[in-house]
Amino acid sequence: MSVAVTARRWLPPTVGLGSFVLVLVAVEILIRIGAINRFIVPLPSDIAKSFARVVIEEDIAHRFLLTAWECLAAGVLLTVVGVAFGVLLHHVRLIRLACETWVAAMASAPLVLAYPLFLVLFGRSALSIIMLAFIAGLAPVILKTVEGLSATRRVLVDVGRSFKLSPAQQFWKILFPSALPTIFVGIRLGLIFALINVVGVEFLINFGGLGQLINELAERYDLPGTYAAICFVILVSVLFFATTERIERWLRSTA
Amino acid sequence: MAEIDRLIGARPARSWLTPVVRLRAAIVLGVLVVWQLLAVSRLFYSDVVPTLNTVAEALAKLLASGDFYWNLWVTIDEIALGLAIGGVCGLIAGLIIGGNKFVAAAFERYLYYLGPTPKIIFFPVMIMWFGTGAGSKIAMGAVSCFFPIALNVAAGMRQIDGVLIKVGRSFRANPWQMATKIYMPALCYPIVNGLRLGLGVALIGTLLAETKLSNRGIGFLVIQAYANFDMPRMYAILIALFVLAIGANALVARAGGLADIKHK
Repeated sequence: MSVAVTARRWLPPTVGLGSFVLVLVAVEILIRIGAINRFIVPLPSDIAKSFARVVIEEDIAHRFLLTAWECLAAGVLLTVVGVAFGVLLHHVRLIRLACETWVAAMASAPLVLAYPLFLVLFGRSALSIIMLAFIAGLAPVILKTVEGLSATRRVLVDVGRSFKLSPAQQFWKILFPSALPTIFVGIRLGLIFALINVVGVEFLINFGGLGQLINELAERYDLPGTYAAICFVILVSVLFFATTERIERWLRSTA
Repeated sequence: MAEIDRLIGARPARSWLTPVVRLRAAIVLGVLVVWQLLAVSRLFYSDVVPTLNTVAEALAKLLASGDFYWNLWVTIDEIALGLAIGGVCGLIAGLIIGGNKFVAAAFERYLYYLGPTPKIIFFPVMIMWFGTGAGSKIAMGAVSCFFPIALNVAAGMRQIDGVLIKVGRSFRANPWQMATKIYMPALCYPIVNGLRLGLGVALIGTLLAETKLSNRGIGFLVIQAYANFDMPRMYAILIALFVLAIGANALVARAGGLADIKHK
């Protein structure tokens, strides 16, 4: 019984991983027999080998820290400004009615396209990248903060009233804790947008951390290196999503 | 200003002049006034914060030039092709993953985690595979929109009411009838929503690729304005682009909303 259950649990992920490995092996064979041009797609084994080289020669720890720092700075900015704006929108109905659709529209505008404008405003610097990531990630934080605060259960609000809490107490003891999981969903989305934009703009303007690494390796025509760097960035972002997802689940379970 | 206030005050309150409309007008006016003051004050370089009339002039010039529409058409073409390719692949992947629990358990996590990674980093690879022309931009659009569409359709498949499927089976519907009469109507909303999200990211993917390496398209116009340091023109292009993008998004959302009402 338990063997069957374990098998049922482990079989699908194994098949998933197995087919991924199979594809890699197939690509390796196709390149070796010349069906795929090795100057367009490098050998998967070469990519694996160049991982170590890229990590050591390209000072990847420093680049990683730079990208992480830019994301963190943008994250702090969009949390502070986004949550504050969300609270304002929730408290003043008129402002909410006037601005909420604008914020939603902002979320659907391709703001990252304004990066040349940010280069002019803030220079070709980390500040440019941080500001752009901040603007691009702001809308979900605002919208989710408003959503979370509005969804506070009526009973909780009434309990606060019956204890004659001051507006500040009502906010910090009732509204904010109840909205926190939803607000974190917004912050997580904002951080994801920030990460995408930080790496994207680093790549586009050839400045800074991990994004620039890909651009440089591609311009050097170091194909295995480029592929390895792309894999590295994907790995970093996946780890980031998984971690923030864990935190989100933990917050939901404690709420 | 005072004249306008007097006129507004003199007019009987109309239904459309709600406090919300007034506040919106005030915000827009406020932003414009602050902008104009900043521009006139010369605190910034006049090229960086140009006066409103300069931007308006540039916008008028842009919208009157055939060049803009030609490049816009190039970009729309690329996005549409990218969306079509990525959309069909995403739809098929979503249907398979949503319809089969084993496949979902094996592969969905990869889609889920790859979905929000920055897609633009694949651009060097796409250039190698599809060349420096439109091909690599279309590929960027397709790669970008594949994930949200696949994930939305897969989630939609799982949310289909089991009763509907049983009804179809008890009427002995053949696979084609099942697809067109049961699955497609039930999936309409997730598909449209996936398309809306996909359109947004395909737009970003394609345009960013154009700013990186191309000689046509709206992304190219933006980077060209930057290279020539023609800031009014860059503001004009960005304004036009944002209006178009927000409009397209709203249009798809509205189409989806309407379909949803009909479906219910």
